[in-house]
Amino acid sequence: MAVKTMIQTIRDTLEEEMRRDESIIVLGEDVGLAGGVFGATKGLQREFGELRVMDTPLAESVIVGAAIGASLNGLKPIPEIQFADFIHPAFDQIVSEAARFRYRSNGAWNVPMVIRVPWGGGIHGALYHSQSVEAFFAHVPGLKVVTPSDPYDAAGLLRSAIDDPDPVMYLEHKKAYRLVRGEVPDGERFTVPIGRAEVKRPGRDVSVFAYGLMLYYSLQAAEVLSSEGVEVEVVDVRTLQPLDRETILESVAKTGKALIVHEDNLTCGFGAEIAATLVSDGFDSLDAPVRRLCGLDVPAVPYASALEDSFLPDMQKITEEIRSLAAY
Amino acid sequence: MKVRTEKKEQLLDFYRQMMLIRRFEEKAAQLYTQAYIGGYCHLNVGEEATVVGALSALGPDDYVVSNYREHGHALTLGSDPGAVMAELLGKETGVSRGRGGSMHLFDPEHRLYGGYGIVGGQIPLAVGMAMAVQYRGQDRVVMCLFGEGATNIGAFHESLNMAKVYRLPVLFLCVNNQYAMGSTPNEASAVPEMVTKALAYDMPAEQVDGMDLLEVRDATLRNVEQIRETGEPRFLEAITYRFRGHSMADAGRYRTQEELRRWQERDPINTFVRYLEDEGVLTQELREQIDASVEEEVERATQFAMDSPAPDVADLYKYVYAEDGQQ
Ligand SMILES: Cc1ncc(C[n+]2csc(CCOP(=O)(O)OP(=O)(O)O)c2C)c(N)n1
Repeated sequence: MAVKTMIQTIRDTLEEEMRRDESIIVLGEDVGLAGGVFGATKGLQREFGELRVMDTPLAESVIVGAAIGASLNGLKPIPEIQFADFIHPAFDQIVSEAARFRYRSNGAWNVPMVIRVPWGGGIHGALYHSQSVEAFFAHVPGLKVVTPSDPYDAAGLLRSAIDDPDPVMYLEHKKAYRLVRGEVPDGERFTVPIGRAEVKRPGRDVSVFAYGLMLYYSLQAAEVLSSEGVEVEVVDVRTLQPLDRETILESVAKTGKALIVHEDNLTCGFGAEIAATLVSDGFDSLDAPVRRLCGLDVPAVPYASALEDSFLPDMQKITEEIRSLAAY
Repeated sequence: MKVRTEKKEQLLDFYRQMMLIRRFEEKAAQLYTQAYIGGYCHLNVGEEATVVGALSALGPDDYVVSNYREHGHALTLGSDPGAVMAELLGKETGVSRGRGGSMHLFDPEHRLYGGYGIVGGQIPLAVGMAMAVQYRGQDRVVMCLFGEGATNIGAFHESLNMAKVYRLPVLFLCVNNQYAMGSTPNEASAVPEMVTKALAYDMPAEQVDGMDLLEVRDATLRNVEQIRETGEPRFLEAITYRFRGHSMADAGRYRTQEELRRWQERDPINTFVRYLEDEGVLTQELREQIDASVEEEVERATQFAMDSPAPDVADLYKYVYAEDGQQ
């Protein structure tokens, strides 16, 4: 068992999967020689060659569009979008084409593709290098959206995404890349199922639902609160589409209180879907109003540290919010 | 060689402008390594002749939109170096009040309608600005700057096509610094010369030596004048080189030291200095004077940025929508 960072795990898993399955190709900007700006594809071109690890022109629409086309003809493409903020030129290809293929062809054609997308703030990336895009895509039937928050899940979910016959958006929190470490079993092709949340820390007083970097902060907050006698149940939502409503409802049946944390803007953010689930199907379990702690409703993550820090939820804010909810 | 019409003072000012960019960028690099500047920071070092040559050829009412490599553009257009540096440090006194940072300078007072962090994002906007120029009968040219890498994205092609169809007064200025992060035009572009792409849209297009300030300036003057006369778009490709990595985070392992050295031999500032000396415009003494005043200006800008307050967190929701009565 090795202790690894998120980014190392993603790289290693890609390498193992490419060794296992020759139909996998990787494509994107600077993913070859340079190994990607975060190093997720480091060394892959050397091992697998330029036909399987392609440095593309700067053109997101055709990076994804070509991946869709290749997947229709027997390949398993894993395009990389360098930063989530740059995905919008490809939005049309993802939403209008990839998501609809199975439906429009009555099941005859499918798009087995995994789009890797580094997302999230907290790195002073400012307006165009900090974005959360999960809600845009989780809104679209036909797509699957997953986002791991620790190395074990990073490997397991990536394998499941690769095995999946439908298009999967695999979102990687870029601040978590080197911040979050964890144990990853070697030599074993374990998977983590898409469509299943996981209780990462059991507790009886308050349920926290989070994913990505916020899950990591929520676990830290739970640790702090435990010493105050508040036992927090931390649920890693980790697959947004399809959403594991059952695990969410079970958790609140136990605790009666729910806090949802995400760094995307509050309004119409993914938390609204979790809140709606709790209110419509878990109403009888609730002992307090469902709360959301989210990124603020401003158009982009601002650059100045003070503004960025106020924009994003963090360990401190999560701790305070849980404390106040526990006291409700 | 062309008979120069610029006065001696103006030529010296070009030298000063280039030096200001060079020293400003070196300072920015230093502040980045010391963590006063965060995130992503792209420098104009090596491209000074292109920046000053092109922007100095614009008239006082012309607009500029650019990409994230735009510190030098702001400085040349007359933005206060202190306000630019303050933006890099995320201060309230910055040109974008600390919200944008290095990549997203915005200073309409000096006709800089933004640096943009999405590659290609600014190109359609330039077309629209020119549309309004045409509709309102203004005597204005819109200069749109972008790198050669940006010519591979759809927005570039959509924009050139529309600008030509509507015959809009845009000067598309492709700053071909040989690399889009780690990839060269040979690897990423079907045609090695970007002018070819403009010709496909039947747009007059030419290349210019981007390491030679006067060449860039003359070509820009000529093109801008033609645009004013005809109202039609034109395309200019400046062949240049960035001496630093793509951004401060890039070690530049995709190129050789030898290649970098060859380009550095053609350092645009040295080339211009030689010209000025040959013409008897610049003496050693004058040069030292200018250099010292530039150093001082950069120091002042840095001090101002350092001393400036951070934005007030209470203002986070400001500028999201129009406030009462605001347009
Ligand atoms: C739509 C989009 N895709 C990718 C990026 C990441 N990126 C930023 S700059 C850059 C290279 C651009 O090269 P070029 O246009 O030649 O300009 P240069 O940086 O060399 O001045 C890339 C790939 C981005 N900012 N936006």
